[in-house]
Amino acid sequence: MNVHLNPVNEFRMTRPDDGIARGAPLLVADNISLSFGGVKAITDISFDIRKGEIRAIIGPNGAGKTSMLNVINGFYHPQEGTITFRGERRSRMRPHVAAHQGIARTFQNIALFKGMSVLDNIMTGRITLQHRNLFWQALWNGPAEREELEHREAVEHIIDFLEIEHIRKTPVGRLPYGLQKRVELGRALAAEPALLLLDEPMAGMNLEEKEDMSRFVLDVNQQFGTTIALIEHDMGVVMDLSDRVVVLDYGRKIGDGTPDDVRNNQDVIDAYLGVSHDA
Amino acid sequence: MLYREAGDFKTTYASDQQTFPIKSERALFWLFMAAAFLIVPFLINDYWNKAVLMPLLIYCMAALGLNILVGYCGQVSLGTGGFMAVGAYAAYKLMTAFPWMDQFSVTILAGFVTAGVGILFGLPSLRIKGFYLAVATLAAQFFLVWMFNKFAWFYNYSASGQITAPERTIFGYAVTGPSSLPWATYLFGLTLLFVFGWIARNLTRGRLGRSWMAIRDMDIAAEIIGVSPLKAKLSAFAVSSFYIGMAGAMFFANYLGAAEVGEAFGIDKSFLVLFMVIIGGLGSILGSFLGAAFLVLLPVLLKNLMVDQLGWVTDLAAHVQIMLVGGLIVFFLIVEPHGLAQLWRLTKEKLRLWPFPY
Ligand SMILES: Nc1ncnc2c1ncn2[C@@H]1O[C@H](COP(=O)(O)OP(=O)(O)O)[C@@H](O)[C@H]1O
Ligand SMILES: [Mg+2]
Repeated sequence: MNVHLNPVNEFRMTRPDDGIARGAPLLVADNISLSFGGVKAITDISFDIRKGEIRAIIGPNGAGKTSMLNVINGFYHPQEGTITFRGERRSRMRPHVAAHQGIARTFQNIALFKGMSVLDNIMTGRITLQHRNLFWQALWNGPAEREELEHREAVEHIIDFLEIEHIRKTPVGRLPYGLQKRVELGRALAAEPALLLLDEPMAGMNLEEKEDMSRFVLDVNQQFGTTIALIEHDMGVVMDLSDRVVVLDYGRKIGDGTPDDVRNNQDVIDAYLGVSHDA
Repeated sequence: MLYREAGDFKTTYASDQQTFPIKSERALFWLFMAAAFLIVPFLINDYWNKAVLMPLLIYCMAALGLNILVGYCGQVSLGTGGFMAVGAYAAYKLMTAFPWMDQFSVTILAGFVTAGVGILFGLPSLRIKGFYLAVATLAAQFFLVWMFNKFAWFYNYSASGQITAPERTIFGYAVTGPSSLPWATYLFGLTLLFVFGWIARNLTRGRLGRSWMAIRDMDIAAEIIGVSPLKAKLSAFAVSSFYIGMAGAMFFANYLGAAEVGEAFGIDKSFLVLFMVIIGGLGSILGSFLGAAFLVLLPVLLKNLMVDQLGWVTDLAAHVQIMLVGGLIVFFLIVEPHGLAQLWRLTKEKLRLWPFPY
């Protein structure tokens, strides 16, 4: 696929550097097991995500991909195993705490705030970066307004970047599916995440929308250096975008490596590629 | 047309997020405020003050508060009457315990007391939602009314069980008590509403407001992008109760003068304010005002029309009124959930394009 790069973009990630070198592990999942009653969603999975890479997570439906993201951002608590993020180990954590540590995500089924405009949705993404308390917000004029305008400017860069200037003030409920997905990416980007989790960002899109979205994902990774974990079904997209791929099947890890490694792995071909695609 | 956007270009983000981004609308607002502050006080008499203006100001304040909780944060509450009672009794205790305290401080402190109580009764919202939360707040309503009846300390052991507001003055003019001046009372209420209306606007336009709306629209997604449900919900309960508490304090001290809790702050108050918010527009500051104005003015107009003009008996007129309000609520819930505020917005959009709709 031909992916062209956006030229200069002024928006920069301003989160303080965490001292982890590019290519060193940013997040490590150790022996994670998760079950719901009798259903085992994830069985003893270990893998890592390195700083600066695009890490694809693939596998057939029900393989446990979404559950894995939910474990990473604290929405599900695994029965066994630990997550180490930026060198800090944890087993249980609330999602909003994970957000404050720099993990942002999009959802397989769009989870935008339907009653709010595109602008407000993306502004909400900056909630972890805004600090003025109730008193200053009640006064508004002064520190609260200044803070608001600063963040508005950052959000406008994201709006430019995603090419959604024309729908800035539109309530998100009125937008077509493809644009809603883009706004959701914008909301996640607004948090200036250290780790961005994308759950099937291109599902249900037509070819053109997929190409746009691929371009955005790649640009985010290359221009801002954001580490990305990407769940995607389109093998073409996965092979083009990702640096490394982890393959899940029935909650187990059956493959892990570069796109080429994975493509030639017999287990993977049997479990996944051979079934739903012409390898 | 007066209402024009053309030539009114936004060159900064600050001007883009103004409360009234359009010049003529801004002018209209300040004109309206000038009239309310400078002209109305000279025209006011006791009838207008008691029948229209004070109820209007007080219910605007209450509706503003409830709208923050229900309309912005999506947490249903049927406890408004009870929270108004907290404000009223807090004001009464403050007025009798600290006779030197000025009435602005009394009202605002009563708001703070109610905010505290609101946080307490907001705790269940961390576990339960929707219908179950509504029932929990209903329980709060009945509990609070019962409590103020049960413990004589709250009404200073008065024989009647009532609370009575002593006279308090602002700059020497009485705003509470039997000889309170209509214009002074009105200006007192208007000042509070103006200041706290502005604050409500500020709170809902920034980070806090967005965290409330995020919880309302999708609480799981809100938490995943970093909104703490605990902070968002409890702050909504606190701010909402603060406003409702001030409304209760004013209702008792500046309007009724004397109150008995079950009668003044019963469940019917909870529903009345909720209806105001629904008719006016959930999640809209303007809607709170429109809804309150509508339900305060409607009975006055209807009574004028049906009883005074048409000569109907009062009972019949009252029934017609109840049916009308009920019908309107059903209408708004089904046809226009964003209420009068949305109708106003649509009218403005039409005006903006008029006379060339394309
Ligand atoms: N909240 C839940 N409750 C019960 N079962 C769940 C829940 N979430 C996921 N599962 C189960 O876990 C398995 C993996 O699901 P999921 O992670 O959504 O797969 P994928 O995203 O790879 O399609 C499925 O069998 C699914 O039914
Ligand atoms: Mg999934």
